[in-house]
Amino acid sequence: MKNLSQISNPFNDDKVIANCGLFGMMSLEKNTFSGSDIIKAIANMRVRGNGLGGGFAAYGIYPDYADLYAFHIMFQSRSAKEQTESFLEGSFKIVAKEEVPHRYAIGVSDPPLVWRYFVETPKGVSDEYADDYVVEKVMIINTKIDDSFVFSSGKDMGVFKGVGHPEDIGNYFCLEDYSAYIWVSHSRFPTNTQAWWGGAHPFSILDWTVVHNGEISSYGTNRNFLEMRGYYCTMHTDTEVMAYAVDLLIRRHRLPVDIAAKIMAAPLWTEIDQIDDEEEKQQLTMLRQVYSGLLINGPFTVIIAHQGEMIGLGDRVRLRPLVAGIKDDMLYLSSEEAPMKLIRPDLEYTWIPKGGEPIIGKLDTKEVIYQNKPVQVGVNKDAVNIAA
Amino acid sequence: MLSTLLPEFKIERDDSRCIRCKVCVRQCGFKTHRYDEEDDTICSSEENCVGCQRCAVMCPTNALTIKPHDWGYRPNANWSKDHFRELHRQAESGGVILTGSGNDKPYRIYWDHIVLNASQVTNPSIDPLREPMELRTYLGRKPEKVEYDPVNKKVYADMPPQVMIEVPIIFSALSYGAISYNAWKALLMAAKEAGTLCNTGEGGWPVELRGYSNRVIAQCASGRFGVDLDYLNSASIVEIKIGQGAKPGIGGHLPGEKVSSDVSLTRMIPEGTDALSPAPQHDIYSIEDLSMLIYALKEATHYEKPISVKIAAVHNAAAIASGMVRAGADIIAIDGIRGGTGAAPKIIRDNVGIPVELALASVDKRLREEGIRNQASILVAGGFRNSGDIIKAIALGADAVYIGTAALVAMGCTICQKCYTGICNWGICTQDPYLSKRLNPEIAKRRLVNMIRGWSLEIKEMLGGMGINAIESLRGNRHHLRGVGLEQWELDVLGIKGAGM
Repeated sequence: MKNLSQISNPFNDDKVIANCGLFGMMSLEKNTFSGSDIIKAIANMRVRGNGLGGGFAAYGIYPDYADLYAFHIMFQSRSAKEQTESFLEGSFKIVAKEEVPHRYAIGVSDPPLVWRYFVETPKGVSDEYADDYVVEKVMIINTKIDDSFVFSSGKDMGVFKGVGHPEDIGNYFCLEDYSAYIWVSHSRFPTNTQAWWGGAHPFSILDWTVVHNGEISSYGTNRNFLEMRGYYCTMHTDTEVMAYAVDLLIRRHRLPVDIAAKIMAAPLWTEIDQIDDEEEKQQLTMLRQVYSGLLINGPFTVIIAHQGEMIGLGDRVRLRPLVAGIKDDMLYLSSEEAPMKLIRPDLEYTWIPKGGEPIIGKLDTKEVIYQNKPVQVGVNKDAVNIAA
Repeated sequence: MLSTLLPEFKIERDDSRCIRCKVCVRQCGFKTHRYDEEDDTICSSEENCVGCQRCAVMCPTNALTIKPHDWGYRPNANWSKDHFRELHRQAESGGVILTGSGNDKPYRIYWDHIVLNASQVTNPSIDPLREPMELRTYLGRKPEKVEYDPVNKKVYADMPPQVMIEVPIIFSALSYGAISYNAWKALLMAAKEAGTLCNTGEGGWPVELRGYSNRVIAQCASGRFGVDLDYLNSASIVEIKIGQGAKPGIGGHLPGEKVSSDVSLTRMIPEGTDALSPAPQHDIYSIEDLSMLIYALKEATHYEKPISVKIAAVHNAAAIASGMVRAGADIIAIDGIRGGTGAAPKIIRDNVGIPVELALASVDKRLREEGIRNQASILVAGGFRNSGDIIKAIALGADAVYIGTAALVAMGCTICQKCYTGICNWGICTQDPYLSKRLNPEIAKRRLVNMIRGWSLEIKEMLGGMGINAIESLRGNRHHLRGVGLEQWELDVLGIKGAGM
């Protein structure tokens, strides 16, 4: 098995330490728009990164192949591409494939090959099992085939990432040519110098993507909990732990996002003690008892996205920034308020969410949920704690 | 037969300070000091002195100094004073040398070779004076996951019984009989006030103290002393005692001298008889037998209480612990080589078992590797001296720790190791009413609660320094530990890196 930690964590630290800037934007009406705005927004937070990692996730970009798993895969050698392709051919039916379009761009050096494959699972694989089948194959490529790494593997979405400032990466991948209804971006500030494109954010499995700002002090505990449940934390990064925690809770244990948030950013015992409703108290106590190993301790903010949802969540004592904004059908989530105003000067409603309270943009109900209720802009201003 | 033993301690009395108040005479249960009326002097029989310092502390003029005796034997690296002394005693008596308290031999204390982390720059440390800091812990088996019902938007789990402790520090098994009624009562009261638990030990639970608090772990040991349905159902947790760190492989020893009428009533044995627990539990000769006893106790307590199984830390602790969890134990308790005792053969105390740090690290790792760590809480015991030891144990994988000797020391014990004699000048480890009334349960309770409070504050400071605000996020989080001065095999067993790595 190849040792990803040697690539991702060359100095064999306990884990890779990185701090970052995040930006996410979503149309609740599923209106699609190009990547130009998000590139502008993330570039506005240039000091939050140091040019050692930038990336984007975009949802709704492959309407022609919406029912196929879209693999974005990077290769650092021709032979890696050949091996991976033959593995894909043996595992899936490849409907279409091409190199991901790119241009030579300032600030991007020594890029790997990045290709995309639109595949369907073989006939013997039932719909119910298809996601697990894809996860298994992604893990094989990532852990067994040298010089190959899967950026993303979901339907009608894709991850574009690399070493460089995010605006340079966005430029390199010609993101202004894509139309998506959710865009998420990340600018990275690792403390280690390393230049591996796979190590940039977003982290993704299936159509789930996670961008993350923080350093998890509970890393060892979280990793133990996840490894006991079959996740191998090969890259030694906080974000990997985050992504697996989300996968375990939401996909495998089928918990809704708000409950997953109550696990990862659990309410304090003193808050639970004060709840009058005995059933609610018992529910929250049970979640902390069963999932104590998934309490994410230490500073973090994440933007989690998948088809139809974008979620912002910060740690329970709010040690990393997160700002939310709403205008018309658009939900914005960001590390800072300025970039939102830059791309949307008429933005009126922004607020700083409480620690541990997720903000959920939902396509199905066209609502933004915060503190378990829809945010009604302009109706109950106080309820959203307007900071603007 | 002429005794060839020299005194262990030397008593120096400053005659210019001594006012002949005779406090020392009255305080020493070992009859070390004697007042000679004719000469108006106080004579001391040094061969009786155990070095407990009671007389020196109580002397109103600080006239007494008690020091280890500086023997004049020819120095010998092989034959230490202890070897001489024990062999001479055995040559005189032909018996087994008994002792009390924990192993005092210089086996490596791993806590002293492990250092903790703190946050700098990339991660803020958290100030517990200004931010919440959580030590609450739930003991008991945890299910693999919860189920979500999307219709009424609730989560469900088949939740085994859980017992909450506000601090991850529990009073270890100290039986009534080994310790005095007042000491036992103080532990019970302190556990209630501090929001933790105390362990009955194997000496039963005086009936009149059952209604006072259920913050108790009721032990069911091989002698089954004091075990009945009411005893089991009065407690929060029931613990099967397989072994004890101070004497792995053998049963408890309570000398008949300590079996007073009250002790006899509580233990359900005749007054004045030795209470000797069998070495094994005679209904447990293998793992499947353990399972049957665990489920018998679960039946008896209506599946409302977690069942703990306590073993001494021995060579195959990891495999044994794994079997215990599979046999149905909700909590596993591991007692290391430095764990205390009221009475044990010295040769066993000093030579059998392994340090709890190593056992804990290997048990936690094994349970994780087998995917069953969530099925049991881990308690560890054996020589915890301060909050630093405790927080390191939690980072190695413990859910909470048992403290025995530390609790006794908080009440006044000076670890003179004479618990097995039935005489304790501090009133802790004795059934002699003249001695035991020296320990005021209210004051002893206050001292215990103060210790727990002080340690809790210290643990919060250290947690905050690591950027953690809930103890569960440190559990098994060995990234926050580094070893100093350890060999590679020791680092490997502990699952930690060397400092600087």
